[in-house]
Amino acid sequence: MIVTTSWYLVLGALLFIIGGVGLLVRRNPLIMLMCVELMLNGVNLSFVAFSKALGDIGGQTVVFFVLVVAAAEVVVGLGLIVAILRRAPGSTADDLSVLKG
Amino acid sequence: MVELVWLIPTFPLVGFLFLLIAGSRLGEPKAGWIATAASTCSFIVTFVVFLGLLAKSSDDRSFEQVLFDWLPAGSLNVEAGFLVDPLSMTMALFVTGVGTLIHLYSVGYMHGDPKFSKFFLYLNLFLFSMLMLVLGNNLVVTFLGWEGVGTCSYLLISFWHQRDSAATAGKKAFVTNRVGDWGFMIAMFLLWSSIGTLTYTEIAQSSPMATVTGTAVSLLLFVAAAGKSAQLPLYVWLPDAMEGPTPVSAMVHAATMVTSGVYLLVRMNHVLTSDALIVIAVVGAATALFAALAAVAQQDIKKVLAYSTVSQLGFMFLAIGSGAYVAAIFHVITHAFFKALLFLGSGSVIHGMHDEQDMKKMGALRSLMPITAGTFIIGWLAIAGVPPFAGFWSKDEILLAAWEQPNIGPILWAVGLVTALLTAYYMSRQVFLVFFGDKRWDEGVEPHESPWTMTLPLCILAVAAALGGLINLPVVADWLYLEHFLEPIFSHPHQFVSSTTTKIILAIIAVLAGLVGIGVAAAVWLVHRVKADQLEPKILENAMYIDAAYSKVVGGVGHKAFEMISNADKKYVDGAINQIGKTTIRLGAMMRPLQSGYMRNYAIGITIGGLVLLIWIIAGAS
Repeated sequence: MIVTTSWYLVLGALLFIIGGVGLLVRRNPLIMLMCVELMLNGVNLSFVAFSKALGDIGGQTVVFFVLVVAAAEVVVGLGLIVAILRRAPGSTADDLSVLKG
Repeated sequence: MVELVWLIPTFPLVGFLFLLIAGSRLGEPKAGWIATAASTCSFIVTFVVFLGLLAKSSDDRSFEQVLFDWLPAGSLNVEAGFLVDPLSMTMALFVTGVGTLIHLYSVGYMHGDPKFSKFFLYLNLFLFSMLMLVLGNNLVVTFLGWEGVGTCSYLLISFWHQRDSAATAGKKAFVTNRVGDWGFMIAMFLLWSSIGTLTYTEIAQSSPMATVTGTAVSLLLFVAAAGKSAQLPLYVWLPDAMEGPTPVSAMVHAATMVTSGVYLLVRMNHVLTSDALIVIAVVGAATALFAALAAVAQQDIKKVLAYSTVSQLGFMFLAIGSGAYVAAIFHVITHAFFKALLFLGSGSVIHGMHDEQDMKKMGALRSLMPITAGTFIIGWLAIAGVPPFAGFWSKDEILLAAWEQPNIGPILWAVGLVTALLTAYYMSRQVFLVFFGDKRWDEGVEPHESPWTMTLPLCILAVAAALGGLINLPVVADWLYLEHFLEPIFSHPHQFVSSTTTKIILAIIAVLAGLVGIGVAAAVWLVHRVKADQLEPKILENAMYIDAAYSKVVGGVGHKAFEMISNADKKYVDGAINQIGKTTIRLGAMMRPLQSGYMRNYAIGITIGGLVLLIWIIAGAS
């Protein structure tokens, strides 16, 4: 069985959709953050796959940027979520609507 | 040695900065000595530069030093630079010279003042600005100094700002000067647009402008000069400026700053047109006569000198208007000597009389203040035009120039002659009232001579006022040092055409007029042959009520008009802006419910948006 580029693309798309649906249906902020990561990495996978298939290093470069941004996002996001959950254990994303201006 | 020119304004600037930081800690009298030292150093450097300039041949006496490009803007490049030429050095020499003497005098005069160090800080800043004004190599640097001296004038007039009248006088001076500054700015704009340069040397070499533009520039420059040099109709601030400490009156409002208008016009002699010159001559003559009339009836010792200054400045403009620029500068110098002397003398009197300024409460101070009295009398003889004192020579030259003015010469000369007579009269009245006659001072006042810091400048200035004429004696052509020195900077050097006989006759008439003035004053105030009451009509004491008329117009109709404009501004201009703001707020309020705070709403929004984009791309691709 030959693993072609399409396989990776399908996997990437699946990861993206799982992440997206998870983001829409879940209420736990921590899970939602993880879903966002899933979406990002789905896209990353597609990038790498295309990069390999087309022989263009640009795609892999973009992945690096995404990884860096994702790391930064996790730092801030996790920090916020931990702080929120410590104050109000078990709160959901909807409870956070009080933070609107 | 002329390369040292940048040091001239640097010394007062350093003195100013130093006093700004450490002035109040140094206190009295150290702060005063430091300021005096800065001024003295500046004078010495000026003298060295002057010698360097003299060493050059007379057709090569113009040296420009550019420090840096100040305002490079497109084709306009304003340099921060200095111009060393006969005119700027003449001005700088007497500005620093008289300035140093007045600094020294102030150490004694300001003794015991709680703001002692601040006074010297302002004085040094003033000296710096004044030197920038005369040494600048283009109009913009001069304008910088022009505004600088205006600001210092404001600060120094309202130095004792606890007094309501002093604060008001400062504001009045500032606002009136702004009217003149407007003329300066428009003149610069016009010059720039018509000949494309603001540098003096380039203006001097440029081809003449169209007559209308040239006249407009000349008249606008004259508006500027009239503001700074207190000519009709903008003179009103100068008599009020006497609210400042007396050294300020001597330095800023008699010897240096008020002559900057004369300097400006002489500097710009290349662009002045003959039409404009007639206007300048007429306004100058009118101012001279008007102010002399007002000076006749003043009671305040400093007010007499203030109106006298306005009158003498009128003389200088009469000289410029007659084309006799050298005579104008000559009179600027001699006037600086004798008027600074008179002001400092009056300051010494005020100091000795414990801040009494009413001449009717003085008298017989001759024996109690011998040095002050002696030097004041020399100043009086100089301003009254008694030969051989300095004032005679410069005034005589102006009267001669007025006589030779081609269109209305004899009229100008007659006005000048009447003014000279009045000058002799009111100055004699002042001297007789203050130093002669009976003791009229209040009980408890014990007049005393002033300390050496005050009398030394008086003595030096008295010598200068007595011998100042030596720099330009018309007896032998070779003795006209000032005229030969200044000649290279003029486009049309002025030539006197009258015969020697005419000159001598005119001089004799002028001297006789002065003596008549002194004689009348002696008859009235010394031996009381004539009752004095009729000689001081209220209308003259109030300077023809011009001040009151201004207040009436500006405070009444003018105030109302501007209130209307202000209201319209609030209603329509501000209203339109506010309406835009309100609309934005209303739109924002409409959009606000979109921010629910529920993350899923946002996520769905993003998802739908993404899907729409996706469909659009796919649909577009097929």
